[in-house]
Amino acid sequence: MTSENRLDQVFASGRKVLVTYLCAGDPSPQAHLPLFQALIDGGADVIEIGVPFSDPGADGPAIQQASERALAAGASLEDALELAGRLKGDAARVLFGYLNPFLAYGYERLARRCAESGIDGLLCVDCPPEEEPELRDALRARGVYPILLVAPTTPDDRVAAIAQAGAGFLYYVSMTGVTGAAFAGDEALLRRIARVRALAGLPLAVGFGVATPEDAALVARAADGVVVGSALVRIVAEQGADSAASLGALTRSLRLALDFEID
Amino acid sequence: MPAVPDPSGHYGPFGGRYVAETLIPPLEELTAAWESAWADPTFRATLRGLLEDYVGRPSRLYRARRLGEQLGCQLWLKREDLNHTGAHKINNCMGQVLLAKRMGKTRVIAETGAGQHGVATATACALFGLPCVVYMGEEDTERQRLNVARMKLLGAEVRPVHSGTKTLKDAMNEALRDWVTNVRHTHYCIGSVAGPHPYPLMVRELQAVIGEETRRQLQAQGVELPAAVVACVGGGSNAMGIFHAFRNDMSVMLFGVEAAGEGLGTGRHAASIFGNQIGVLHGQKTYLLQDKNGQVAAAHSISAGLDYPGVGPEHAWLNDTGRARYLSATDEEALEATRALALTEGIIPALETAHALAALPRVIQFTGRDAHIVVNLSGRGDKDMETLVRELSL
Repeated sequence: MTSENRLDQVFASGRKVLVTYLCAGDPSPQAHLPLFQALIDGGADVIEIGVPFSDPGADGPAIQQASERALAAGASLEDALELAGRLKGDAARVLFGYLNPFLAYGYERLARRCAESGIDGLLCVDCPPEEEPELRDALRARGVYPILLVAPTTPDDRVAAIAQAGAGFLYYVSMTGVTGAAFAGDEALLRRIARVRALAGLPLAVGFGVATPEDAALVARAADGVVVGSALVRIVAEQGADSAASLGALTRSLRLALDFEID
Repeated sequence: MPAVPDPSGHYGPFGGRYVAETLIPPLEELTAAWESAWADPTFRATLRGLLEDYVGRPSRLYRARRLGEQLGCQLWLKREDLNHTGAHKINNCMGQVLLAKRMGKTRVIAETGAGQHGVATATACALFGLPCVVYMGEEDTERQRLNVARMKLLGAEVRPVHSGTKTLKDAMNEALRDWVTNVRHTHYCIGSVAGPHPYPLMVRELQAVIGEETRRQLQAQGVELPAAVVACVGGGSNAMGIFHAFRNDMSVMLFGVEAAGEGLGTGRHAASIFGNQIGVLHGQKTYLLQDKNGQVAAAHSISAGLDYPGVGPEHAWLNDTGRARYLSATDEEALEATRALALTEGIIPALETAHALAALPRVIQFTGRDAHIVVNLSGRGDKDMETLVRELSL
């Protein structure tokens, strides 16, 4: 069962994994498919499909506004699931959202629909491993990996416990802050990444603030993968339904930076 | 009543810690610091001294004979409105800011709706010499601008929040974003029995002084126990504060009063327990106003302090166990109750508090006539004068 999960294949590929985020339904559920497809075609390995939420407490202004645009256009969790099913390519699909829409949808139904739509993993920002084991159990039963966060504030002994509750990969938050904040990449960050990676026993992707090919290349020196979100979302904020070309271009330059470790 | 919360911060199915991983270790640190402070006689004595000398505790328990006669009950008002800064909020802030000092935090942030918690936090920070940032929804900064001016005079920075519904819930989102960014040196002073564990517990314990005093004061007046205790509920800190000392006195009926806004049938209200939908927001699982897709709905109330789509998790638990009953009062009923208290007793209550008074006729249906009923008079109405001028054509 697990070998069918694209996340396993992606992280076993040997190359640095590029994880990209956009918010489903931004700028509208009618227009989002080509934008996400541009990420895959540009060389992203994992597509994070953001589920819009009215109160995205862990997000900075860029993703907050993406969520507001999507909700204003009538988008919901159902649109995110449907989108996942329509994407072409081998990239892994990960739902990325807050708990309340998942709770309202129902965990069993969510897990079933994830499996049907080709979702490989689900990351719930405001659900630490102590809460809602029912959600993770429902996902695992359908072969969908629960993806958990590790933060700069997480003590060593907790990293292993988090890794135990998760699967696929761990998402390391590069800084104490919200998404899209200024990136603080330095040697200290690389040391922290290496340390967490050694403790985790799962592949580690690093996000929050990673915006440019240079940021990505730096992080990739220590991590298995990098996550870019707000920088892509800002393109959609500016260009709306016409963002595909620019999204593809940024994704390709991130891909190049990772493949050749441009620094 | 079984003791809640459990060690992981759950009240039956409610409560918990639904936050991003970055905040989990700081919440554990806060829980440990709180437990050690609360068990430390020196901390308790310092806090008690501040509550007496600075806040003016114990607050008076006043027998409201004229309004009581009109309504048909023996009415007692717990005068939290007479506290320094004009509401119960200061009880919590003195404790949390003292704790922040003890933890070595050098900055304090808060969210505020009506501005009473913001003013109380700014006050405590001025007293302890800590910088203070208060997040307040843009809509609330307009309807409560006197409190904005008070916070500024007290040295706090007030940051208007323009996102979402521009009210208390969005102020809390923004405060959480600040906290996740500055968590190493900043204490987030949450103003209600809401948010992730340990906040609902900590704020309850800091507000429990209200009910403890009420119990003693009633007994000194020859009333062993009241028939009912009544308080308004937004997040629910003044209610939890007066309920807690009576939780094991099963003869005492506990009534929380939610804001019914323009009417429960209109959808424009803030009565989350009435709404009966369980959800997760701001780190807690509780009753939450939301649409079918799990998007949080805009709450509505004439009182900014009740204008919140959730409710503290212990209230959700008290409702489900049947230990407390939750009623509601509309904007209009709250305005009428404000006028009634002003005319009969010469006391102008906060619009939040007026909801508790407005529910008294329904409470009396439960207790029968002439019963002893205590209302937590949680705040004074000065801050609402602009709204009252408009709504009551003064």
